[in-house]
Amino acid sequence: MTQLLSTREAYGRALLELGRTNKDIVALDADLSGSTKTGLFAAEFPERHFEMGIAEASMIGTAAGLASCGKIPFASTFAVFATCRSFDQLRMSVAYPNLNVKVVGTHGGITVGEDGASHHAIEDIALACALPNFTVIVPADAREAEEVVRAAAERVGPVYIRLTRPAVPVLYEDSCNFTIGKAITLRMGDDITIMANGLMVSRALEAATLLEQDGISTKVLDMHTVKPLDEEAVKEAAQETGAIVTAEEHLLHGGLGSAVSRVVLENCPVPMRFIAIRDQYARSGKPDELLETYGLTAASIAAAARELMSLK
Amino acid sequence: MKQKRLSASELQGKARCLRCHIIGMTGTAGSGHPGGSLSAADILAALYFRVLHHDPDNPRWDDRDRFVLSKGHAAPLLYAALAESGYFPLELLYTLRKLDSPLQGHPHMTELPGVEASTGSLGQGLSIANGMALAGRLDGRTYRVYVLLGDGEMDEGQVWEAAMAASHYELDSLTAILDRNRQQIDGWTTDVMTLEPLADKWRAFGWHALEINGHDMEAILKALSQAQQVTGQPTIVIAHTIKGRGVSFMECNLQFHGNAPDLEEMEQGLGEIRTEEKCKSCKVQYPGRC
Repeated sequence: MTQLLSTREAYGRALLELGRTNKDIVALDADLSGSTKTGLFAAEFPERHFEMGIAEASMIGTAAGLASCGKIPFASTFAVFATCRSFDQLRMSVAYPNLNVKVVGTHGGITVGEDGASHHAIEDIALACALPNFTVIVPADAREAEEVVRAAAERVGPVYIRLTRPAVPVLYEDSCNFTIGKAITLRMGDDITIMANGLMVSRALEAATLLEQDGISTKVLDMHTVKPLDEEAVKEAAQETGAIVTAEEHLLHGGLGSAVSRVVLENCPVPMRFIAIRDQYARSGKPDELLETYGLTAASIAAAARELMSLK
Repeated sequence: MKQKRLSASELQGKARCLRCHIIGMTGTAGSGHPGGSLSAADILAALYFRVLHHDPDNPRWDDRDRFVLSKGHAAPLLYAALAESGYFPLELLYTLRKLDSPLQGHPHMTELPGVEASTGSLGQGLSIANGMALAGRLDGRTYRVYVLLGDGEMDEGQVWEAAMAASHYELDSLTAILDRNRQQIDGWTTDVMTLEPLADKWRAFGWHALEINGHDMEAILKALSQAQQVTGQPTIVIAHTIKGRGVSFMECNLQFHGNAPDLEEMEQGLGEIRTEEKCKSCKVQYPGRC
C-alpha cells in the first residue's frame, strides 16, 4: 500500500525547522493558518508570525516590506487567493522590485474538491509564470515539498510554491536531491516521455506501468520547476524518445504543457499531447471524482501516449 | 554624511527648490505628473531636510528611517528630494523618463539609491510600510517609517486593509501623510468618490489623526513631531494642500495632473516660483533653459 502524505503538512514542518535555524524567516497568513499548516511555526515563533486577516493584498504588500528589510517572508494562503486575488501586489510589490518573498499557495488545482470552482486554483501557475523574476515550483510529494521549501528559502528572489490539499502518494522515500530547475528522472524509457508535476507525477508513473503492458517503454520526468524550466531535460527527452505527453492539474493555457511545448518547438519539434483542464471551471465533487471527470488520470495519460505512438 | 537639519525658513526655500526641479524635470521630459508633485513639495522638504534620519552616502544603512512614496506618480518630487539630499547628481534629474535613465516614470527601488519601494500602482505603499515597521520592531531597531499617500488613492481597498493591519499591530513607528489636494484624474475627489469624513474614518480604523495646512512648514514640522510622541497606534497627518501649488496657472488645474508644462509654461512657472523669494540653496540649471 502506497503511503499518502500531504505536501502542505510537509510545508508546515519544513517551515518550522527553517525557523529554528534562521531567525530571518517570518510567516504571514490570511486567516487560514490552520489549513496552510503554518500554525506549527506560529505556535513556536509567535513574534515572527503575522496574521493579516482575510486581506491577501495586504499580506503580500506587508511581506514585500519585510523582505526589503532583510526578512525572508513566507506568505501562505489557498493558491487561488495567493495568486488571483493578489496578482497586482505580486507584480508591483514583489516581482518588479525582485524582492525575496516566498508565496505558498496551498490547496492548488481542482483536488480542493467539494468547495468548488471558487476555491479551485487552475490559473495560478500561468499567473505566477507570467511574472518576471518569479521562480515557480510544484512539488510532487511531501518529501520533495520539504526540500522545495528549504531551496526556496536559500534562493534570493521571489518564489511561488504550489501545494495540494489532499494527501498524495509518497514517491521519494529518501532525499530526491531537489535542485531548482533540474528535472528528476523517475523512470527511464525509450519510446515516449511523460512530463508531470504535482500530484500528476504519481499518475504519470501509473500510466508508464499501463504502457509497459503494451510494450511501450516510457520515460517519466518530475518537472517540479515550471520556471525556470529544465530546457536541457526537455530537449533530451524530445531527441531520445521523439514524443512527449505533459500532465498537470492546471488549465491547458500557461502551465507546464505550454512551457514544455515552447522549448520543444524551438529546439526539437516532436509530437505532443497535453493532459490538463480544458478552458473551463470545474464543479464541486470529491477530488478523485473531479480528476476522473476532467481527465486527469493515469488512463488519460496512457491513452494520449498510445495516440502519440500511433503517429510515430 | 548625515543630513543637516534645516530651519523652517530654510525648508521653505528648499521646497521652492524642489518645485523648480519638478517643473524643470517634467518640462524637460515632456511628460509626468507635476500637479501632485507640487502639492506635496513642502511635506517632502520637511521630511528629507529635517525629519528623516538618513544618510545619502549610505543609502542601505540599517537604522535609517524609511520613506515610501505610495502615490508613485509624484516621482519627480521624490527624485528632486533625493538629488538635493545628495543621493545622486542633480544633472541626473533631467534624464527623467528617458531610456537608460534610472529615473523611471514611477519610482523603482532597484534602479536608484534612496528609493525604498517600487510604486505606481496605487494603494500598495501602506502595506509595504507596515512590513518595514514590523521588521524594525522584530529587529529591535528604532527607525521610523513614513509613507505619503494620495487622496485619490483612498479609493483603493488595499489602503484600508493596511490601515486595519497597522492599528492591529499598534505600529506607532509608522506615520502616514495624506496629500489631501482634493483632485484626482476624473475631477474633484468629492465628485469621483466621496471620502469625507476622512479623519473620522482613519480614527475609526484605530489611527491617531491630525489635520493641517500642508503648505504651512511650521504646521508640518509640528505634526510630524507630534506623531513621534504617539504610542500604541499609528498616526496619519491629513495635509490639506493645493494641487499644482506654487504656479498660478497650475493650481487646482487638472490639466497638470498628468501633463507636463510646455516650454513657455515651464519658463513662466519657474519665474513664478523664483519671484516669491530668491531660492538661496537652489543651484538648478536647466539645460539651456534657465
